Amino acid sequence: MSDLIPAGLAVGDVVANTQIVLTRDSLVRYAGASGDFNPIHYRDDVALSVGLPGVIAHGMLTMGVAVQPVLDWLSPRGRVVDYGVRFTRPVVVDPEPGATLQIRAVVAVIDEATGEARIDLTVTFAEKTVLAKAQVRVSFT
Amino acid sequence: MAALVRLAIVPVNPELPDRVFAPAPAYLVSREKIREFSRAVFSRNAINLDPSAARAAGFADVVAPPTFAVVVQEATLAQLLAEPDAGIDFSRVVHGEQNFHYTRPIVAGDELTATLRVLSVKTLGGNAMVASESHIVDAQGAHVVTATSTLVVRGDDA
Repeated sequence: MSDLIPAGLAVGDVVANTQIVLTRDSLVRYAGASGDFNPIHYRDDVALSVGLPGVIAHGMLTMGVAVQPVLDWLSPRGRVVDYGVRFTRPVVVDPEPGATLQIRAVVAVIDEATGEARIDLTVTFAEKTVLAKAQVRVSFT
Repeated sequence: MAALVRLAIVPVNPELPDRVFAPAPAYLVSREKIREFSRAVFSRNAINLDPSAARAAGFADVVAPPTFAVVVQEATLAQLLAEPDAGIDFSRVVHGEQNFHYTRPIVAGDELTATLRVLSVKTLGGNAMVASESHIVDAQGAHVVTATSTLVVRGDDA
């Protein structure tokens, strides 16, 4: 069964380490694609009225983009079977220059018997963690 | 506006756990919705965007990215928020946690039905944490994905 896991893959391997820039355009595009039209994601006045420093990214947008570097590495050899995050801090997206997310993905667990691995994500914005317990379980079966 | 919000506060109903909602109307997953969503989450993955690449990889049509299930889940969360006795004030809701657990990927052409069950209601530091899971099945009734959310209902911070 151990031939399911790609040869040489080891716990601690960094499978992705990259940046993604979210802009106001990204937020409007995600609002339309997802159907989440909460105005805190495109109107500063509404965001300020509820105590935010300004327009923030949809948590689900941050979650959605954070897993892409893992998929770039994974596809087409494997697929995601479980993905979970905890939202710890809002990502404030100023009109200029937007918000740069730093995404780092590390192999945390390899299960040879099931052909699965757990990839842990570290996602930061302005050097602070925005997604905690961000874990992607991938299957190579 | 803040005063109006405060007047609307009612505590989250502690009797919610284990309540199961009626299945939400079936959601027909279209190729173009998957492509639109994929572009919105910065996907560069050909199986999300190109039907021929998806077919070459063994799928009937384009494959949805992992977080796409939230689009199907959303109707069930709307049911929860609209439940008259739930006591969840939408203007005070923040997304706390999210998880997707897949049996198989979502593919264009799927007709998906989501059913929400409340898992727990907890109070933490003046906030209420409402956890629910939406069990999503295909037209044959086979499980595709379970989407689990924790919504944080912020307490009166005045």
